[in-house]
Amino acid sequence: MEHYNMNLTLKVWRQKNSNDKGGLVTYQVKGISSEMSFLEMFDVLNEELIEKGEEPIAFDHDCREGICGMCSMYINGRPHGPWHGTTTCQLHMRAFKDGDTIVVEPWRAKAFPVIKDLVVDRTAFDRIIQAGGYVSVNTGVTVDANATPISKADADKSFAAAACIGCGACVAACKNSSAMLFVSAKVSQFALLPQGQAERESRVLDMVAQMDKEGFGSCTNTGACEAECPKEISLENIARLNREFATASISSEE
Amino acid sequence: MAKENFFSSTIGKKLIVGLTGLFLISFLVIHVSVNSLILLNDGGETFNAAAHFMSHFWLIRLLEIGLLLGILLHIVLTLRLTIANRQNRPVKYVVSAANQNSKWYSRSMGVLGSLLLIFLVVHMSDFWWATKKALYITKEVDNPYTEIIATLSNPIFLVIYVIGVVSLGFHLLHGFPSAFQSLGLNHKKYTPIIKALGTAFSIVVPGLFAIIALCVFFGLVQ
Repeated sequence: MEHYNMNLTLKVWRQKNSNDKGGLVTYQVKGISSEMSFLEMFDVLNEELIEKGEEPIAFDHDCREGICGMCSMYINGRPHGPWHGTTTCQLHMRAFKDGDTIVVEPWRAKAFPVIKDLVVDRTAFDRIIQAGGYVSVNTGVTVDANATPISKADADKSFAAAACIGCGACVAACKNSSAMLFVSAKVSQFALLPQGQAERESRVLDMVAQMDKEGFGSCTNTGACEAECPKEISLENIARLNREFATASISSEE
Repeated sequence: MAKENFFSSTIGKKLIVGLTGLFLISFLVIHVSVNSLILLNDGGETFNAAAHFMSHFWLIRLLEIGLLLGILLHIVLTLRLTIANRQNRPVKYVVSAANQNSKWYSRSMGVLGSLLLIFLVVHMSDFWWATKKALYITKEVDNPYTEIIATLSNPIFLVIYVIGVVSLGFHLLHGFPSAFQSLGLNHKKYTPIIKALGTAFSIVVPGLFAIIALCVFFGLVQ
């Protein structure tokens, strides 16, 4: 595709801190290259703001190669913007054309309170992982690769679930602010493997309890999470989570 | 960690919503089958016989209580979940492009369900109440067929019925496959079949209800 430059109108959510009410502030950015990433466009804008002596826009980012799950912008009404299966850092400016107006907001959920501008507190996800998103395995010498036989189908499904980067786009996209896609991916990646069997029941019960406690909503199967997930985590995982939770609840002796 | 009660968990509640939904769907099959007898156009003889059987057979009477409980449970749970879900996003988005990632009827189950509930109240207060009144209070011989002809000849009732039936169609279009997902049934081989079946059901069943109502209104059945 031909390289081109563009001038854009940005409406960005500015909020001093978690107690501030916040609001959209309009900025004009000029000469943005179509080859820039969305975050690089923000870097350009922030440079300008700093030179003018204004407070730069706070936003989360880390690896900028689509695997860390930090970048979290709600762009023109969609988490991570208009491209399918893409994080904000991998969204390139060629997705937009000269003269476009782009509205950028933080993730919105009670469980993800805004810290500043576009930065939200996603430690609720960490607490869900701490509740059961792990396996107890012996450390020690490296185990031979195929010592434990696992079917190809299960290995593939587990791997696809483990691709979840915990960015929170599922929560942001969901009308119920439900974290079911995230929790289901984290439960599935272990439930499908022999290494995950030891804590299989306690894991799903504890993680779902923590999910509910954090104030994430219930799943109404609209499919918005799957459609917006940058790692294309499947709704099949949510069905698996429902199964795992129901069977664990029935067989649990507590 | 203290274990969460299954029925107070979001997943547990949704499982019951799915189960009651499927139970209500099974009722629709019976209801539309009996109603379709009106289309036989035999002056309501077969339909009245079927309606009489339904209102006197003990098993159906027992299921009717279950049906009422099923509807109540379905409403109470979804209402509680909806209220909680709304509170989970205290600050709304300024711009939302939800149409890009989900169907409008999937996001409007509460509105569609409320329309259905209003329709159900109207529906129960005419046909269901008339049958019960004849059966238990006035002890008259009930003629549901003439009641249907009288009610549906009224254009206001026809409009209410069509709105009710269209709401039902969209409610089912999401609810039918969604119930299976809530029960944890999602499978590469079977889910496409369930979805196709759900779409067909959501068109055929409400479609039949609508056709019957329109036939009565336009005097095609006498």
